[in-house]
Amino acid sequence: MAEVLDVLRDLDWSPLWISLKTGAVATVLCFFLGLWAARGVLKLRPRARAVVDGILTLPMVLPPTVAGFFLLLVFSLRRPFGGWLFENFGLKVVQSWAGCVIAASVIAFPLMYRNARAAFEQVDVNLIYAGRTLGMSEGAIFWKVVIPNAGPGIAAGTILTFARALGEYGATAMLAGNIAGKTGTISQKIAMVIQNGDYLTAGIWVVIVLVIAFAIVAAVNLISAKKEKNPKRW
Amino acid sequence: MSLEVNIRKQLGTFTLNVSFSAQNEVLALLGPSGCGKSMTLRCIAGVERPDAGRIVADGRVLFDSARNIDLPPQQRRVGLLFQNYALFPNMTVEQNLAAGLGWAGRNSPLVAEYLHRFRLEGLEHHLPRQLSGGQQQRAALARMLITRPALLMLDEPFSALDAHLRWELEQEVLAITRSFGGTTLLVSHNRDEVYRIARSIAVYGQGTIDRVGEKWELFRHPRTAVTARLTGCKNIAPARWGQGQAAVPDWGLTLAAPAPEEPANCVGLRAHYLQAVSRPGENVFPYEVVSSIEDTFSVILMVRPVDAPRARPIRWELSKADYAALPPGQLVRIPPEALMPLTDPAS
Repeated sequence: MAEVLDVLRDLDWSPLWISLKTGAVATVLCFFLGLWAARGVLKLRPRARAVVDGILTLPMVLPPTVAGFFLLLVFSLRRPFGGWLFENFGLKVVQSWAGCVIAASVIAFPLMYRNARAAFEQVDVNLIYAGRTLGMSEGAIFWKVVIPNAGPGIAAGTILTFARALGEYGATAMLAGNIAGKTGTISQKIAMVIQNGDYLTAGIWVVIVLVIAFAIVAAVNLISAKKEKNPKRW
Repeated sequence: MSLEVNIRKQLGTFTLNVSFSAQNEVLALLGPSGCGKSMTLRCIAGVERPDAGRIVADGRVLFDSARNIDLPPQQRRVGLLFQNYALFPNMTVEQNLAAGLGWAGRNSPLVAEYLHRFRLEGLEHHLPRQLSGGQQQRAALARMLITRPALLMLDEPFSALDAHLRWELEQEVLAITRSFGGTTLLVSHNRDEVYRIARSIAVYGQGTIDRVGEKWELFRHPRTAVTARLTGCKNIAPARWGQGQAAVPDWGLTLAAPAPEEPANCVGLRAHYLQAVSRPGENVFPYEVVSSIEDTFSVILMVRPVDAPRARPIRWELSKADYAALPPGQLVRIPPEALMPLTDPAS
């Protein structure tokens, strides 16, 4: 027990803040991009919809290292786009916190997009039609009718997106690296200390992650159960 | 307000192909479910797109495939009352009414005026799910009319209501269409409702309009088997029409009947028009009762001629008083003028 307290006293808490910050920013990005993509996809014809949906969902089914590979292809300073960003704007994505955010966003995006799309599909299309015949603009229909009525599904999607972004490992390690105090997230910290055989520190971080993860899942369940007055039980 | 519609739309194996016009009147679209009535309304409102055709309201072209015109629903000034009312569940009654008035809507004096007109005062801050079916319908009507549409379209407006509420709301809708004065389209599968509210009727077959006309004419002379059935004719059978008579093998009868004005291959007979008689005569035959069903205020007898035991029974509907006073001898008469010549491409 004394050992645990010793480790806790000297613990570098930066991985927690880096992970939370990364998760928060990635969630905001994914929220708007996911809603926008879901809305766009629902306006497509079925065949185009299947193709676009497949592309948008890919990051969820691919190994994160494959996503990391593509991200490096784009953002590496030795590649045209990455080099151009650095020379003209001084922006460096590789080995930087921006890399953490981009990697987490790409991996977590499909969760937001798919949940938003499912939530939109639950909204009675007649409400949208009614809004149109009443002369409401498409924007007003989206923000005042569709989003509120898709609320619980979108909230659940947002929380899951945050959870996924928080724990991202593979693509982050490749794009942002593991620089203590800068890009060192909790997941990377755990992997690193395990390699040094420091199970105690790893265990402490594991407990922190478990607590956050459980809180998130409980929150999702509460949100989706809220509407049901008489929950059905098997 | 005039309306001209001529549209075609393919939906899987089903083709909707209709054309009709209406002028400051209530025109009912009467037909079985799945015949394309609601789709017609949605095409006029602009929330569905026909494959081809033309829709013109008051000289304004709403849709014209040949000239590539397709006005968005927001610009069509067409009010559509949805079957389930489609009130926005996240908004209060007041917000629902204001939704179509743009950003300044909430403060508009129109909202208070329409809340009053549709007896929704006191319910302003209720959500749609807290309203009764009748209140929901009034809220949906108010929300539609507050935007001052040039054309009203009601999609099965009473189907979501309990029977005892229907009558009251039907009166309300009737009053609204009268004071509106413009063209109203009413979609329904209920012939009685249609007869009470509308002046003209377009009878739908499968994706096409079978007949359009004033209701009196259509109910008296349906001319086609489809229209006869939808206007509630219960007895329809193939028939050979000859000089002053019609042979109806299904019923086992050859009946005196006025010669049809147009070629016909079927006969229709409304269940109320059979007469109980006590003496033999023209079109009188002895009958046997195959089955009898007691309805709320009438009795339905399924009868056939005694000498034709394999004939298809004829449906005869009579009031309970008439049933109690049926003369002995079991004779029934089919008045010649009650026999309606019909055409049916299927027989």
